[in-house]
Amino acid sequence: MSVASAPTAASAPAERPSTVYFFGTCLVDLFYPEAGLAGMELLKREGLRVVFPQGQTCCGQPARNCGFFEEARAVARAQFAAFPEQWPIIVPSGSCAGMMRVHYPQLFADEPDRAQAEAFASRVYELSWFLVHVLNIKLEDKGKPVTVTWHASCHAMREMGVTDEPKRLLRSLSNVTLVENPRERECCGFGGTFSVRQPEVSAAMVADTIASVEATGATEMVTGDCGCMMNISGAMEKAGTSVRSRHLAEFLLERSNNVR
Amino acid sequence: MSAEAVMSAEAKANGHGTAGSFAERAHIALNDKPLRANFRRTMDGLMAKRAAQFPDADDLARLRALGAAIKERALARLPELLEQLEARCTENGIKVHWAETTGDANRIVLDIFQSHGVKTVVKGKSMVSEEMHLNAFLGEHGIEAVESDLGEYIIQLAGEMPSHIVMPCIHKNKAQIGQLFADHIEGQRYTEDVDELTAAARRVMRARFAEADAGISGVNFAVAETGTLVLIENEGNGRMSTTLPPLHVAVMGIEKLVETLEDIPPLLALLPRSATGQPITTYVNMITSPRKPGEKDGPREVHLVLLDNGRTRVYADLELRETLRCIRCGACMNHCPVYARVGGHTYDAVYPGPIGKILTPQIAGLDVAEDLPHASSLCNACVEVCPVKIPIADILVRLRREAVRPSASKCVKGAGSGWTLSEASIWAGWKWLHGHPALYRMGTRFLAVAGNLIPSSVPPLKAWTSVRAKPKFAAKTLHQLARDKGFDDV
Amino acid sequence: MSDFHASDSRASDARTRILSRLRAAAPSAVPNLPEWSPPSYEPARRLERFRTMFEAMKAEVHDVDAATWPQRLRTLLDNRGVRSVLHGDGSSVGTQLESAWSGDPQAPRLVAYDRAVEEFKDDLVHRIDAGITSASAGIAETGSLILWPTAREPRLMSLLPPIHIALVEEDSIRDNLPQLMVAQGWARRMPTNIVVVSGPSKTADIEQTLAFGVHGPKELIVLVIRKPAAVG
Repeated sequence: MSVASAPTAASAPAERPSTVYFFGTCLVDLFYPEAGLAGMELLKREGLRVVFPQGQTCCGQPARNCGFFEEARAVARAQFAAFPEQWPIIVPSGSCAGMMRVHYPQLFADEPDRAQAEAFASRVYELSWFLVHVLNIKLEDKGKPVTVTWHASCHAMREMGVTDEPKRLLRSLSNVTLVENPRERECCGFGGTFSVRQPEVSAAMVADTIASVEATGATEMVTGDCGCMMNISGAMEKAGTSVRSRHLAEFLLERSNNVR
Repeated sequence: MSAEAVMSAEAKANGHGTAGSFAERAHIALNDKPLRANFRRTMDGLMAKRAAQFPDADDLARLRALGAAIKERALARLPELLEQLEARCTENGIKVHWAETTGDANRIVLDIFQSHGVKTVVKGKSMVSEEMHLNAFLGEHGIEAVESDLGEYIIQLAGEMPSHIVMPCIHKNKAQIGQLFADHIEGQRYTEDVDELTAAARRVMRARFAEADAGISGVNFAVAETGTLVLIENEGNGRMSTTLPPLHVAVMGIEKLVETLEDIPPLLALLPRSATGQPITTYVNMITSPRKPGEKDGPREVHLVLLDNGRTRVYADLELRETLRCIRCGACMNHCPVYARVGGHTYDAVYPGPIGKILTPQIAGLDVAEDLPHASSLCNACVEVCPVKIPIADILVRLRREAVRPSASKCVKGAGSGWTLSEASIWAGWKWLHGHPALYRMGTRFLAVAGNLIPSSVPPLKAWTSVRAKPKFAAKTLHQLARDKGFDDV
Repeated sequence: MSDFHASDSRASDARTRILSRLRAAAPSAVPNLPEWSPPSYEPARRLERFRTMFEAMKAEVHDVDAATWPQRLRTLLDNRGVRSVLHGDGSSVGTQLESAWSGDPQAPRLVAYDRAVEEFKDDLVHRIDAGITSASAGIAETGSLILWPTAREPRLMSLLPPIHIALVEEDSIRDNLPQLMVAQGWARRMPTNIVVVSGPSKTADIEQTLAFGVHGPKELIVLVIRKPAAVG
C-alpha cells in the first residue's frame, strides 16, 4: 500500500455528463437538508438531470474511523446497490467524498467486490470541484453586498484535492467581499468521534477557529463540509457570536437566485 | 523496564503526576496558558519557516516522492542491507552489535563501558537512547552520562523528558532555564540572557567533553554501501562527543539505514528544511571508521548497536511497515493542531506528536497506549508535510481497528484490547440501520420529529454541548425533501 | 570469560533472530527512485550564492588570492585579538603562514597539530584561539564547505578552537552535494571522517532565540582563493 501515488483530485470525466447522482451524506440528511437541496438545485440549473436514490444512507466513515471495517464495508455495499449506474456521484462534503474515493479502494482491497468498489470510488466528486472543473459554472450575483470568509475542510483539501475552487466561486460573485482567514486551513476540531473522545482538545481547536473567523470581520462564514459547520456554528452559537455560517451550496444558490 | 513502567515513569518525571489518560494530561496542558501560547507561537513559526524553504510545490512533490522511495527501498531490502552495513562497518573497524530489546541494548552498552573502565560519558542527542532509558540505566551502574545537546542538557537538569523530537525543551522559557542553571551550575548566577546562558553551557560541557571516557550518539542515517554513520546537528556537541573521547558508541534503530551514499543528499534536502526550516544543518558528520594509524584524533574504538525493540514486528505487516520510513524530522508534530495545543508531554511517550501516535502503540502495545491512536481528528496535516510520505492518518485508523478486533491479530502488540461489547453493539446497530435503506429512512424521519427532544445530558451529547449548541434535527430529511421536490430516484 | 562467551552467543542469537524475523515478513516491492534534480547555478552566480548562504548563517566570507591571504588573515585576526593559531603539521596552509608571519613578533603564535590529541588536549580544549584548515571543496546551494580531515589536518582543528578559518579554492565550489559526491567519487573512498560545515555552531533551544558558539566554533571565517583573473 504505497502512498507515493495516493489519489488526490479527481480527473474530470471525458465528456460533460447529462445525468449525475447526488449523495447527500447523513449529516446533511439529518441536520442540513437545505444545503443538500441547494447543491442539487445548482446542478439542475446547469442542465443536468440530478438523481437522488432514496436507497442512499451513509458513506460509512464513522465506522471506519472507529476501526469497525466490516461494518463500514457492509454499509458501503448498500451504497453500491443504491448507485448502480455509471453516472458521476456528486457529494457536498469533502470528508464523505474522501471516504468514498480514497478509502473505499483501501477497505475493499482484499475483498471479492474490490473492482466494484474501485469503480464506484472513481465516480465520486466533491461538489465545488465538480462545479468549477466539469460544469465551469458561471454565477450572477443578485444579492446585497456582504463580507464573507471561507473555512476549508481538511479532507476536501487533503483527500479530494480541493484547493481554491470554493474561493474562486465566492470571488466570482460581484457583491461578495471575501476576506482571507490566515488560519482557514487549520482543523476546526470536529474529526467525528474525536470531538467527543477528546472534547477539551476539540474545544480548544474550535475556539481558535472561531477567533480567527471573527478576526476577519466577516458577517458570514462559508464552508464546504457540514461536519465542520455543525462544529463551528454550534460553538459560535454557544459563544454568542453574530457570524452566520452557511454551506457553500446554499450560499451560492441564494446569491444567484436572490432568494431572501 | 516494562512498557507501563516506562510510560508512567515519564509522567512522574515530567511533573504531570500520574495523570492516566491523554485527556487528563491534555486538560493540564490546555490550562497552562503560557505553555499553550508558547507552543502555538513556536509551531506557527516552524510552519512558516518550512513553507519558506519549499516555495516550489512541484519540486517539493518530486523530492518527497524520492525521499519516500529511498526509505521504501531500504525497508524492502532491510535484512540484506543490515548485513551489508555490518560487513562494511566491520571492515572499516566499527564493531557492530545486535540487540532485540532495550534491556539487551543497555547491557551491551554497559559491557562495552565496563570493559573499558568508563566512568563518565558525554551524550549527543539520540531518541533511541531515550527509548532505552540509557542514562538512568548507566546511572544505576555508577556511570554518569551527561547530555551535551543544549536542549537535552536543560531537560536533564530538570529531570524531564523531551517535549519534541528535534527541540527537546520548547516547553521551557528563559526564566525557567536561568533558574535551572543557577541551581545546578556551580558559580553560575541567575540570568535570562541567552548568550550568557549559552556561554555557561559551553563552559560546563567543554570540561565534560575533554574528560569523558566515552561518547554516545544516535545515528540519523547509516549507509549500507560504505558502512558510514551520518549524524546531523547545529551545535557541534555531536562532533565533540564522537571525536574527543577515546571511545564512541552509536545506538540506532534497525530501520535508520539507507542503501547508498547517493541516498543521503535528497534526505538532507528534506530533513532540516522540514524540521526547522533550515536549508542544511550546521554540521553533517560522516563517520566511517575509528582513528586510523597515523591519525592524531578521533576515537580509537567505535561501536554501533542495532536495536530492534519491536521494529521487526512492525516490519512484519506491509501497511504498518511504512511507520519505519520515519527520518525523525518532527514536521508532523510542527503541523499537528493537537500537538500545537497540548505539547509533547501530553503524549507521555518518548515520541510525541503524530509519529508518536503511530509508533508508540506499536512498540509499547495498544493496551498500554490505547488512547493515542484516537487523539487525532484525522485532519491529515501531518500526511501533507511528511517528507517520506508516511500515511499517518491511515495507520492511525488501522491501529484503531487493531484495537477493536475481537480476535487479536499478531501484527500489533495489545491488539484487541480496546474491544468492548457496548461499542461493538453500537456499530452492529449502526450497520443494521444504515445497511437497510427502508429502516434508515424510518429512523431518520423519526429523528426529524423527535430528535430535538433528546436531552443534552446524554453522553456523548454531553461532551458536545459543553462547548457547542445542541445540533438541531431538521424538520424534514433530505430524502423527504428530494422526493417532495420531484427529484428522480433512479 | 564464560560471561563473554555467553554474551557472544546471545548476541549472535539476537542477530539471527532479528534477521530471520525480517526475512519471514512478506516482501515489499523494491521501488525505482523517481527523478529529482537539486538546483544548479550559472558559473558567474555560483560564488555569489555560496557567499550569500554563508553570510545568512553569520559566517564571514572573504575573497583572497593564493599568495597574499596570510596578510589578509592577519588583519582579521588582529581585530579579534587572536594570539594563537593552530594549523596542520607540515600542511601547505601552515607552511605559507609560517613564512608570511615569521619574524613578526606581533603575529599570533603558530601552533602545529603535530602530536596526538592526548598529548596536548588541554591546550587544544582551552588555550588555542583559532584553527585554520583547508577545505577540499565548497557547495554553493547550501553555503557549505567540505572538510576532509587527514593525518595532517586532524578533525578537532575545525571544532575545538572558538574561531575556525577555512581556505577554499573558488574552483572547487560546486553547485550541490550530489554533484560533488559523484565528481569526487566519495562512495569508493570514504575517509575516517568527512564534515560538511555550513556556518558557526548555533542553537535555538532557548526560546527559539538564535545563539552562536554553543560547542563548536563561535565564528567561521571562509577565505575563498579566487581564480587569478578575478583579483586585481
